[in-house]
Amino acid sequence: MSSLVQSVDWLAIAPPVVAALVGLAVLVADLFLGEARKPLLGWLAVSGLAAATLMLLPLLDADRSTFCLVGDPGVCSYTADRFTLVIQFLVLGGALLTALLSVTVLKDADKRIPEGEYWFLLLSSVAGAALLPASRDLATLVVALEVASLPAFALVGLRHGDRKSSEAALKFFLSSVTATAVSLLGISFVYAATGTLHLTLVAERVQTVDGQLHTLAQTGVVLTLVGFAFKTAAVPFHFWVPDTYVGAPLSIAAYLSVIGKAVGFTGLILVTVVALPSYAEVWGPALAALAALTMTVGNVGALAQQATRAYSAVRLLAWSSVGQAGYLLVPIAAAAYSGDAEKSIGSTLAYALMYGAVNLGAFAVAALVGRTKTLNRVSDYRGLYASGPLTALLMAFFLLCLAGLPPGIIGLFAKVTVFSAAVDAGLGWLAVVMAVNVVIALVYYLRWTALLFRTPDGEPAVHRVPVPLTGALVLTGVLGIALSGAPQLILRLTGTGLF
Amino acid sequence: MIDISESVMQFLLAFLLVGPLLGAAAALLPAPPGLRGRSPDQAVLRHGVTVTGAVLVAAIVLALGFDHDQPSKMQATTDISWIPALDVRIHLGTDGISLPLLVLTALLTFLSALHTYFKPPAGPSPKAFVALLLVLESGTLAAFAVLDLILFFLAFEMVLIPMYFLIARWGGEGRAEAAWKFVLYTLLGSVVMLLGLLLIGIKAGTFDMVALATDNGRSLTVSVQIIAVLAIGIGLAVKTPMWPLHSWLPDAHTAAPTVGSVLLAGVLLKMGTYGFVRILLPAAPDGFRTFAPYLAAFAVVGIIYGSLACLALAKEGAKGDLKRLIAYSSVGHMGFVLLGIATMTPTGVNGALFANIAHGLITGLLFFLVGALKDRTGTVDLDALSRLSSGLRSATSGSAVPGRLPAGAALYGRAPRLGGLLAFAAVASLGLPGLAGFWGEMLALFGAFDPAAGLSRPAFLVFMSIGAFGTLLTAAYLLVVVRRVCMGAPPEQAPALTDVRGHEFAAWTPLVVLTVVTGLWPGALIGLTDPAVQQLLTGGTR
Repeated sequence: MSSLVQSVDWLAIAPPVVAALVGLAVLVADLFLGEARKPLLGWLAVSGLAAATLMLLPLLDADRSTFCLVGDPGVCSYTADRFTLVIQFLVLGGALLTALLSVTVLKDADKRIPEGEYWFLLLSSVAGAALLPASRDLATLVVALEVASLPAFALVGLRHGDRKSSEAALKFFLSSVTATAVSLLGISFVYAATGTLHLTLVAERVQTVDGQLHTLAQTGVVLTLVGFAFKTAAVPFHFWVPDTYVGAPLSIAAYLSVIGKAVGFTGLILVTVVALPSYAEVWGPALAALAALTMTVGNVGALAQQATRAYSAVRLLAWSSVGQAGYLLVPIAAAAYSGDAEKSIGSTLAYALMYGAVNLGAFAVAALVGRTKTLNRVSDYRGLYASGPLTALLMAFFLLCLAGLPPGIIGLFAKVTVFSAAVDAGLGWLAVVMAVNVVIALVYYLRWTALLFRTPDGEPAVHRVPVPLTGALVLTGVLGIALSGAPQLILRLTGTGLF
Repeated sequence: MIDISESVMQFLLAFLLVGPLLGAAAALLPAPPGLRGRSPDQAVLRHGVTVTGAVLVAAIVLALGFDHDQPSKMQATTDISWIPALDVRIHLGTDGISLPLLVLTALLTFLSALHTYFKPPAGPSPKAFVALLLVLESGTLAAFAVLDLILFFLAFEMVLIPMYFLIARWGGEGRAEAAWKFVLYTLLGSVVMLLGLLLIGIKAGTFDMVALATDNGRSLTVSVQIIAVLAIGIGLAVKTPMWPLHSWLPDAHTAAPTVGSVLLAGVLLKMGTYGFVRILLPAAPDGFRTFAPYLAAFAVVGIIYGSLACLALAKEGAKGDLKRLIAYSSVGHMGFVLLGIATMTPTGVNGALFANIAHGLITGLLFFLVGALKDRTGTVDLDALSRLSSGLRSATSGSAVPGRLPAGAALYGRAPRLGGLLAFAAVASLGLPGLAGFWGEMLALFGAFDPAAGLSRPAFLVFMSIGAFGTLLTAAYLLVVVRRVCMGAPPEQAPALTDVRGHEFAAWTPLVVLTVVTGLWPGALIGLTDPAVQQLLTGGTR
């Protein structure tokens, strides 16, 4: 009998492990720190996330795999290839920005949010989200997904004595758990049909499934997809989004809008493109329809937001994030039709990186405005230019990036790659639907942008920008502007091998 | 004409694009000591004049250094890889087709900046106004200078936001709605255009306009060409604008500030027609041939529709807005341009390019004049204008017989120079031989008389005769306008109207001179465009 002891490549698994360890450290440290020194926890978490992000650097030179089958070293459960690194960078970088937002949000919450728990939950969720892109078997995938989601439910409901927050958490929890159960059922069907959980083996064996088990395998594929579609907040699994975003602390809404999405579409990509390429004719049309529906419902929902309603800014960002999720799905659907699936997936990654940077930037501005105008209505942004010209210009830049119009050049080019993936795959109708959606989205983004430069109603309130928020704004702003000058930095993902 | 080394030419062309952008950024910063001027507003307006002036000088030097013996050759070319992943290259260059448009854009923007300097727009701080104007200039110049499909799209989109804000913040009545209509129409058109551009780029394997033109559609199947031409054509037709996609234009023009109208009509519309000539004709000739008759049909409908709309507006009691009227006349004029392009003949396309420039000069002048009229009388409503003076007249003499005397604003009597210039611009616009407006429309009709092989001649003959009838209607409404605005007996106690001021002379003289010069010496312009057009139609630029 061969040895069952595996050698573990610790460097390869360092990014999620560092995040998890720092999370535990925060939990322990929370017990020993006095009330006055709790803010230290935040900075510990921030530096931990920065360290985890830095741990990606040594992995850049070559693909690494670990937790491989003893008998067959080519089949592994954990792989740090280029795809993994890009998503891990998105997750950890996004989490770092979220943490910077959180420091201010927690300080302003004035002890209504327990700090130790908050940071522990956030870091745990990040560890799960960072593990997910690397997992190459269905069991690890589901475990990672749950590690990423379960703390998120708690985070949403963390505000003490806030009914809306608890209600949002419950909504989020119930619908999410249902989706997980469905996808677990799907995975068990796939396992039953193929006898393996490893994605690459599933890809091989599913082609030679016994005729009797064919229906089972097909049902499994669809059910698995449903679970992941929920995480990306694809329509019709999107209904939890607006209420959850409004109920959650703002930093968590930002987190869900970027990392939550990343988790969902990463799972989708792994299940579809890696595990089930031979079922492209099943998931291709399904994802295309899902993409079209998602972007349309999201954008129309965002368009319908009234600027004067309470929390309308966060609501609008929530709906727009549903719309953006639709764009993210387009290249995944296109991967089913085009000869070069990796190129299409590259478009999704490039788009996700762009979206992550500018959306977190927009949330940072929202957090800043929310400090003085607690209702955070879109109409509260009127005349922001008068009180904080730089903030207003940055916000305008972020919104135009999301809309995909110059001067947000990177937004424009990210959309161009998504369009070109669709056109390349022959999905002309989807491209046209997306084109219409881009125009719809422009209305609400530009309406908001125009509002920033109107003359303010009363005396302009002077925003004092706290240091962590400044850090987040500068990071996202510099990233957005640098990418606008050199889009190749992220667009090259469409041209290289990912897996 | 003068010998300038290639690297200097490259620099000049690049400067045309980057200069205004840097200027826009600088406009937002506080002025450095020594350049503060009398007030921050004055300093930033002066900054605008300086930057646009420098760009104009660069454009003129570029035109002088251009090798006029080889106008079909791409000159001052730069070709740098920018985004290898999308195969997007910063490929700049100019030939006989784009050079006149570059100079026209630089000139009109400079004149606009000059106008703004002396007559700051009513509205929020001029700082943003100048910055937006400069971004707009950069975008339009880029559209004419780039030779890459994706960059062309980028330039096309770049003008949207500045123009939106110019209309929405410094415009007149109904500006918010008009600005929205402008930006939504154009964006919807341009995203559809993007799909077409991507289709061409992906199927042909390159986004490079020169390579696509040399290829002349050989590597694209006819069905791909048809879809691409439809998609790109819609985007360009919205911008041009082609009837029935024009409905954003009258509102935008009516609401926009004077400078906005001048640039919108003078430069932005040309991006649409330029795209037809530069991209569709050479890159997808077979697809274009399929749609050419429809394009021509829409074009002549636009000519007639525009003229009829103008006639209706010019009628007594119609409360016709003069700016709106000129906007509708643009629809008609651009109809001639589209008709010329649709013939797919060198004659027609040359005519179209000529009409493009002429329309930029003349309509730019018209909008300036109408803006000046509005500043003086406070209205551009034709009825209000003529009632103003006829009302005064009846009050003073008490014997005016309505309907007998032509009721007019009597501009000739009250401000003779302004009236004279307005009449000049109107007759230039109606296509009086000897002025710029004549040649383009004549050549476009002439091209329709004998369209390219493969196009139905009888159909084009019909289009030609309808178009010719359109010139009559154009003459009719413009003469009505001249009668109602310029003529009439000057009232005795009318408030004095300031005649043309010094800075107005400075801003308008170049336009007047160029209108006369290109009218008397059309060869200067056609000599530039013709070799380039010949080459585009037969396959490629060198």
